[in-house]
This record gives sequence, C-alpha cells and structure tokens, in this order.
Amino acid sequence: MKKSLKERLAILSDAAKYDASCASSGTTKRHSGTSGGLGSTEGSGICHAYAPDGRCISLLKILMTNFCIYDCAYCINRSSSNVERARFTADEIVWLTTEFYRRNYIEGLFLSSGIIRSADYTMEQMVKVARDLRQVHQFRGYIHLKTIPEASPLLIEEAGLYADRLSINIELPTDKGIANLAPEKRPETIRKSMGELRMKMEDMAEPTLVGKKVRKFVPAGQSTQMIVGADGADDATILTSSARLYSSYELKRVYYSAFSPIPDSSRALPLSKPPLMREHRLYQADWLYRFYGFDVNEITGGLDNGMLDLDLDPKLSWALSHRDRFPVDVNRGDKAMLLRVPGFGTKTVKSILQTRRSMRIGLEHLARMGVSLRKAKPFITADGWTPLRLIDRSDLRQMFAPQPEQLSLFG
Amino acid sequence: MMHTVILEGRGDAGEWREAARALLLGGIEPRLVDWQVPRDLGPGLFEPQQEPFKALPEASPSRQPTVPRAFLTLAESVLCHSDPGRFALLYRLLWRLQQNRDLLSIKADGDVAEAFAMEKSVRRDSHKMKAFVRFKEIEGEGSRRRFVAWFEPDHHIVARTAPFFQRRFNDMDWLILTPKGSAAWDGRQLQVSLEPAGKPDIMDATDDLWRTYFTHIFNPARLKVRAMQSEMPKKYWKNLPEAELIPGLIASAETRVRSMLKEAASQPPVRHERRQAIAFEAPEGEGALSSLAHEASACTRCPLHAHATQTVFGEGKEEAEIMFIGEQPGDREDIAGRPFVGPAGQIFDRALMQAGIDRSRAYVTNAVKHFKYEPRGKRRIHKRPDSGEIAHCRWWLQKELEVVRPKVIVALGATAVEGLLGDRTAYQKLKGQAIALNEETVLIVTIHPSYLLRLPDEAARAREAEGFEAMVRLAGDRLAGVGLG
Repeated sequence: MKKSLKERLAILSDAAKYDASCASSGTTKRHSGTSGGLGSTEGSGICHAYAPDGRCISLLKILMTNFCIYDCAYCINRSSSNVERARFTADEIVWLTTEFYRRNYIEGLFLSSGIIRSADYTMEQMVKVARDLRQVHQFRGYIHLKTIPEASPLLIEEAGLYADRLSINIELPTDKGIANLAPEKRPETIRKSMGELRMKMEDMAEPTLVGKKVRKFVPAGQSTQMIVGADGADDATILTSSARLYSSYELKRVYYSAFSPIPDSSRALPLSKPPLMREHRLYQADWLYRFYGFDVNEITGGLDNGMLDLDLDPKLSWALSHRDRFPVDVNRGDKAMLLRVPGFGTKTVKSILQTRRSMRIGLEHLARMGVSLRKAKPFITADGWTPLRLIDRSDLRQMFAPQPEQLSLFG
Repeated sequence: MMHTVILEGRGDAGEWREAARALLLGGIEPRLVDWQVPRDLGPGLFEPQQEPFKALPEASPSRQPTVPRAFLTLAESVLCHSDPGRFALLYRLLWRLQQNRDLLSIKADGDVAEAFAMEKSVRRDSHKMKAFVRFKEIEGEGSRRRFVAWFEPDHHIVARTAPFFQRRFNDMDWLILTPKGSAAWDGRQLQVSLEPAGKPDIMDATDDLWRTYFTHIFNPARLKVRAMQSEMPKKYWKNLPEAELIPGLIASAETRVRSMLKEAASQPPVRHERRQAIAFEAPEGEGALSSLAHEASACTRCPLHAHATQTVFGEGKEEAEIMFIGEQPGDREDIAGRPFVGPAGQIFDRALMQAGIDRSRAYVTNAVKHFKYEPRGKRRIHKRPDSGEIAHCRWWLQKELEVVRPKVIVALGATAVEGLLGDRTAYQKLKGQAIALNEETVLIVTIHPSYLLRLPDEAARAREAEGFEAMVRLAGDRLAGVGLG
C-alpha cells in the first residue's frame, strides 16, 4: 500500500536530519511586496523553531527520496541499510514547502536526495522542484539544494539560477577516509565539482555584455559538510582540510557533523555517542580561523596528538600557551591582539576601539560591554587593573578547566 | 516643581518626542520629570490630577535643540520597550546629549548601555515575532486565502514588525492578533491597531504535518535541551503547535539511542546486492595522450593530489612540434583543469602571439601536474614544488615527451628544467640559452612568465619581459626552421 504523505514526510525528514546546515542567511534581499508571489529574504536568516537537540529549524530539510544506489557506511540511507524507503514527487515537495511557508513554520527549503537511477536523473528532479517553486509559484523564500558532484555541469548551472545556496558534501576530511567509507564517491570529483561551482560564481559575477546587471547565481554561495568521528582523522587534519577548502572554493561554511548513531548502522563504524563537545571545539577553531585572524597552523601547531582541548575553548588554550604575548592593554593594544584576548568577541573589540577614543576603559566598562571578566582579566591591563602575577600562575589552566564531575557530561 | 507627563505608552514615538521637546526647550531637568502611562494609575483612574505637560513653559524659539539621527533611531526602538523607566532614561540621554554629542559612542556609559540593552531586547522580541508567529488558515473570500495568528510579545512591537509580514506574505490576507495590538493585510493596505486584541480559537490541519516534521528532524542522540530553551524560551511554547511534543521527545530520547546502539546490523536488502554487482566506471578517452591523461587523473604518486582540485595534464596534439613546459598549475588552472589559463597564462599567450606561434598547434604542460599551495584565508598562496614532487611527476612528463616527440622544447623556469633533466642546478647555467638535446631536439630555457608578475621593480620587469619574449621568438624561429611554423 502506498504510504501517506505524512508517513513519507516522517521517513524523509528522518533521512535528512544528519545534514547539519540549516542556514538561511546571506542571500540577496527580495520580497513579494514589489514582485508579487510569496516570500522574502532579508539578509539574516530566521530560526522558526528549535528541536530538543538544540538545532535550529529554519528550512524544511527533507530528502526527495531515501532510495540510494551508493553504500556510504556512515549514511542512514546507504543501499545496504534496511531503513524504510519512500519518495516524494516534485509536486508534493512544492506543496509542502509553500504550505509550511504560508504558516510561517519555515524560511524555505533544503532539498537533498539519495541517488536513484543516475546522478543526472536525480539532479534533474531536484532542479524541477526549484524551478517550479520559482517560476510556477513565484516563491521568493530561501532554497538550498544539495548538488550531486557527478551530475552534468549544465544541470548544476540551472540549479544555481534558482537556488540561493548549493552545497556538495566533502563527507570526510581525508581522501583515504572517503575511499574506506564511501567507496562509490570520488574525492577528486567532489573537489572538481566545488571548483566548477566557484568558477561559475566568478563568471556570473562579471557583468554581461548586454546590460550592466549582474545575473543572480547562488547568491548565498556554496557550503560543505564533514563528518567528525567516523574515521580516525584528528582535529589538526580536519582543520587543515577545511582551511584548504575555504581557500580553494570560496566556501561560505564548512559544517562539522559529529558522527551520530543511526538506525540499522553499519558494522564498519564506531557505535558510540556523537562527540558533541569535539564538534563544538571544531566550530570554535573554525571561527578563530575565519574571524579572529588566526592562521590554521597557529591553531593546530601546539595540539596534543593533533586534538583540540575538550576542556578549554581553543582561544583560551592558545592564550595559555602563549602567555608571553599577554597582558594586552585594552586602552592601547592593537586590534589584532585585542581579538586574541579570551572573552573578547569581534563586537567587544569594535566597542573597545570606539569607546577608547573618548575615555579610558576600566574593568567595569568592559563588564557593561558584556565581557566575561573571569575569562579576560588575567590577559589584560585596563584602567585601574593590572593582572601582575596572575599571568604567571602555574594553576591558571585549573582556574578555567571544568571541575572533574562536570567532565562526565562529555564522556 | 515636579512635572508629570502622561503618555499612552504603546510604542508610539511621536507622543514622547513632543513632550520631550517641550521639556527640553523649557529647560526642565530630567530629575524634575515624572513620566507615567495610564496603566500605572490603575483601571478607571485615568483622571490626571497633576498638571499635564501642556502647561509647561513656552519654548523660546532661539534654542531649537538638535539631536544626532542615531539617537532618534535608538529612541524609536527603546520606546517600544515595556519598561516603565524608558521615558525617563531617554529624556536623560537627550538632556546629556546637549552637552556631549558623542555620548552614544561611549558604550561603557551606564545610561547608554541601558538604552542599548533595551534596544536589543526590543529587536530580539521583534525577531522572535518574525520567527514564532504561526498562521492558521480560515475560510477566505474570493481568490485570496486568509490566515490568522495569535502572538504574545513582551514589548510594543506589532507596528514595527508588521511590514515584515506584508513583504513576506503578500499574496494572502492575514491578521495577527496580540495583547499589545494587531496588524492586518488585505492585499491593498496594511492596518495596524495599538488596541489589545483577544485570542482567537482556530484549528489548522497542516499543524499536524508540521508536528510530524518536528518529531522526525530531531536527532535523539544529540539531546541539548538547554541550547533549545535559550533560543526558544518556554514563554513562547503555548502558542507554538510543535511545542507540546517537546517533553515526550526529551523523555524518550535516551531509550531510542540505547536501542539504536544495541541493535546489530541487519542483512542488507536484496536490491543492494544486485546493485553492487554493477560497477561504477568512468569513461576512458581514446588515443595515447587521452589515455595518459585519464591515467594521470587518478595519480596518487605524491601527496599533492589530495590537496589540489584535480590533475592538470598537458594540453595539445600528439603531432605538436613544440612543447612548452611550465612549473605547476596555479589557482585558476587548478579550478579550470587546463594549463596556463591564469594571469601567467595571459602573458604566455601574448608572447606566443607576438612570436607567431599558434597555441593550438603547440603542446603545453607543466613539470608538476598538481597545484601546491598554502591556504591563507580565502586565498591560496603558491608554493614551489620540492625535488621529490618534481621527481615523482617526471614520470608523466617523460611519457608526454615520448608520445609528442617535439622538435623544440621550451622550459619555463627552474622547475621545468629540473623536471626535464633531473638536475636542480641546471637552470642557472642554461637560462637564456638554446642547446641541442640531441640531433632532433633543441631545448630553449627561459624564465617562467609568473616571475614577471612577482617582480616589483618596473625596469627589471621590462628587461626580463624582453628577454622572455626574445626566447619565445627564438623558439618560433626554430620552429619555422624545421618547416612547420
């Protein structure tokens, strides 16, 4: 008997939840007030709900189908799994997207799919959904399509005309990991596909001969995802790999997804709780690299066994092992060094630079700016404050490290 | 004397601005103003006993106060806050701004910090309204569909948030009701009322599908209840159709994970075995060069392959009489999969054109077939290949030479010479020369065109460019000499 829409929605959202990305930000601003139709995007994304896993629900994140001819060990939809299978038609996906959107549950659609028949056939079906949404239903909301690296470049180009974001998952940090766990996927094909997308984005950004208007093509750029903890790759390998991806393909984001137990899981993989704290530390390190002026080698350089410290955030960890660079004078220090002070965010640094033009900054002022003084105090001097011997204390690390009983939370 | 000012206090900036202006012009100090809203007086007591601000001293027209635009924007937002102290705080700021116009940039100032905190809380409330309003469909009239929502904001934000819904839900009629006002759109006009509204009683069947989605997008192995609640505080739950599921999902999460971990992997389905029998194969090219290129595309002889996008193999015909050998692909070449298409490629193309060499009749390749680089933020910095990498890749270069058998070889730069001769020092000795490799082949050694891009000194660059072009011309002449120019 054919499964109902509700039953299939259950199966195909179960199948989609292991993709971490749910961003709906960074695209062009547009709305239905001027152009008619339904929907708008206004720069920053909106999280319409949160699941008890703490993840934001911004997009309707579903698979078109979870039938798949590939057999990637880490994937709930791999062909050797006995998980229940289902498929949506393009019209059903369009209906779900617009009806959910009208009730303000979502910002748009994130559509992915298992590979059926061929890469091109699958990609064609996904492009049809995006095309119908845009052209038939005048949908102005956000669309993220997962592209299939092996699909024809023409299909990917068409996808980019309708989608705000395209993504191709690199899946694992090393080529060897991909060969072991995703035997049908080719790392060079994945990279080539990302490269082609970058090239198309650059070409489309050039004004056309006819008009000055730049054609819109994947305005929110491309992203990728790496699974953490399914293979033996350490954090240094993961971060180096993502630094390469950022520098090579103009990626907006590399998502790290802690490998999580799946129903009917493969024998080839560890059966344990997902390394959530490790995933969190990787994101923090990624931030340092992208927004705080750290070079990837600085972050990976001093690591024990190539792993980030689970007890301390990577910025604090770096500061503790580079005490000669501190304390930093908040009233005189340069921007680059202020950004390296534990407890200072990019906004704090901006406020400090702005405020100190008209007054001397003391600890109480930093507190008003929302700084965690406990974290920052040992690393700064401010009006009326010098840490003096604090920075030399040998137990400085213990001051920040969580108490032992808390550790069991992450075990 | 205390001055009492009574305001509606429903987020309308105009009433406060008018009062504040009069007070300021009258020189009334902030500590002498008592700001009130009718609700403070209790129901039925809206009979101001004190003097309303109309009785304030007449303003002297000579002292028109001015304020920075940033203050007005801030005030509009802070006035939407429900804190009764907001009017006094803003008037204090306004007063102090007359002395110090840069006051707002001092984020560490107590009043400034408080105002920005209120502004932030209003912004957050407005953001949450955009996120958590849930429309339910009711019967419509004519072709337009009609939706109604009930929402309970903390602050007076309906008026400032309503345009968002108009921009987004343009093709349907909607009505948002809240205890702090309501907004309605009928396709022609956006109407906002500041009067409190009552909660409607509506059901929408689609909420059930949404609950299905909410249940199944949740990963029980990643339970993080606190992270959820900090972004979706419980106070919003009562109006979210999905929130009733949360306690159950939390309670069953651990059991679900444990059963996933306990379950042994099952036998793969039959269709899987069938599919595994079909091999995944990439098509292979024809001809000696094509099959070489195909083979090289999977090369893993050195670690560079895992970092670069792809193998950039040589390009040209088997019959080519002339072969150009560069160093390695750069950023553009790595992405495009073709040699000499980046900035250095443009210099190269120009030199070929001037020398009358048709690139399509030449064979163009590199000593090393993968791009070696260091990541720097969003860019890649070229890194010179080392002798090991050059030696590994010689294997491919030798194959290319065997198939093409060029009459003239132009080695561009030290890496090209090393790849060709296996000698790291040979370049310095051979640069700027043409030597016979054997009876049939002449080797011409010159700089790599990217060297010209790196030279900062203009005179030196002109000199080197001239030398480079001369050597390419010489190659062209030699080619003409063998009769195939």
